Amino acid sequence: MSRSADEIVYGLKREYLEKISNGGIRIDGRKFDEFRNIRINTNFVTRAEGSADVRLGNTRVLVGVKVEVGEPFPDTPNSGILTTNAELIPMASPTFESGPPNEDSIELARVVDRTIRESKMIDLDKLVITPGEKVWVVFVDIHVLDYDGNLIDASALGAIAALLETKVPGSKVQQEDTPLPINHVPVMITQIKIGSNLFVDPSLEEEEVATTRISIATDEAGNIVAMQKGLSGTLTHAEVFKAVDTSIEIGKDIRKRVFGR
Amino acid sequence: MGMVSEVKLIDENGLRIDGRKFNELRPISIEVGILNRADGSAYIEWGGNKVIAAVYGPREAFPKHTQNPSKAVVNARYNMAAFSVDERKRPGPDRRATEISKIISEALEATIFVEQFPRTAIDVYIEVLQADAGTRIAGLTAASVALADAGIPMRDMIAGCAAGKVDGKVVLDLNKEEDNYGQADVPFALIPRTGEVVLLQMDGNLTRAEFEEAIEMSTKAAMFISNLQREALMTKYSRAEEREETKEEPKNGNSGEDAHE
Repeated sequence: MSRSADEIVYGLKREYLEKISNGGIRIDGRKFDEFRNIRINTNFVTRAEGSADVRLGNTRVLVGVKVEVGEPFPDTPNSGILTTNAELIPMASPTFESGPPNEDSIELARVVDRTIRESKMIDLDKLVITPGEKVWVVFVDIHVLDYDGNLIDASALGAIAALLETKVPGSKVQQEDTPLPINHVPVMITQIKIGSNLFVDPSLEEEEVATTRISIATDEAGNIVAMQKGLSGTLTHAEVFKAVDTSIEIGKDIRKRVFGR
Repeated sequence: MGMVSEVKLIDENGLRIDGRKFNELRPISIEVGILNRADGSAYIEWGGNKVIAAVYGPREAFPKHTQNPSKAVVNARYNMAAFSVDERKRPGPDRRATEISKIISEALEATIFVEQFPRTAIDVYIEVLQADAGTRIAGLTAASVALADAGIPMRDMIAGCAAGKVDGKVVLDLNKEEDNYGQADVPFALIPRTGEVVLLQMDGNLTRAEFEEAIEMSTKAAMFISNLQREALMTKYSRAEEREETKEEPKNGNSGEDAHE
């Protein structure tokens, strides 16, 4: 479809979704604060130290975790290292192109990274092999396989599920294999704005016409650990605080339902 | 947010390491029209930050497939000079700069009347010459002034300020030490005329109440900075007016009909 034809279709769709949302309805019949079905299959890739195949509605993301021996950063000689990467591979959507990471995949990786890092989910100080010399490096790689909206939450769920199952391969350095030291379980909740309504877990159809996106990660205590506003729309102060409250509430529910914590 | 601090960042009198109160901004000065070739430009000094913003456009977007038939494309490029930080930064965009460029572009698009300039690009270049925490907001604040200097129609000049948490206390406008050793950072920007939030990120750990406190403080600061932006613009154009007037003087007696501007 040409760009201008796209624009017309999006315009009509936006109008329609706005109209029905003012009557309290989403296009797929969900409530404003209702997530799509979440299915997680961990240890899907057994060669990885941890992995999770996540389906969030029709969105599918595969997250693999590799844990390898590396050198610590000079400013944190007694800490392990976390690095997060995301790839929007062309098989996942006709709009994704092959090539080096673009700004969308970089933003996705960095927002997921912030969720894990700032919640202090992994106890990086316990990932030291020889202080100042050798530490464990945790590589979280996010592979988007099927794109039907809300990649941020699907990827964060996948990363967290995979990390919870990850084994540190101690046998590689004449130690025992151990589970990754976990302190906290953060949950990321993304909402989008259509008209003046906020929806959690947007589908692709909703994302395409959304003006604003807000992603908020919270921990078990209900504290906020990471946040990212996206797209070129705006939010009022009241909408920001409402989004925070929704994220705390839904986050609690998902933590219990999905991770049993 | 990260390293554990051994230094006390707030003393027993409630003052910060640079002597500021918890809700006090660093000194800010803005100068408009400092570059010759750019269509608009601005220079901001904000504490130890020194940042230049320049605007080109609206001009034909190139390559052609980047054009949008219904609006202008806003391309902000946030770049840190190699010498802007303690340890030399490798030149060129890294993942952090790519993410910041994206969210600044989105924030600026929220205020520019992009629909008035279909098929064009508005290029915004932000160069951080010296960094002292809060560079993205300093850059965005300068970029908004540069856009006004370029005569680009906008809802208002975006203004912002970060807040965060240091030694367990919510404080405004973190400096480098506070950013390195603090417990949270919330970059924030809004459209002053409407109060709508256009940029919002957060990392660290904040309770709901602390987050609200941070946003209230940042909002107040943004309103103050908005006035500085206006004053900076007025200064440039009243100076230009004075120059015009002195030029007119020798021609005393001419009809002066075309000297209104």
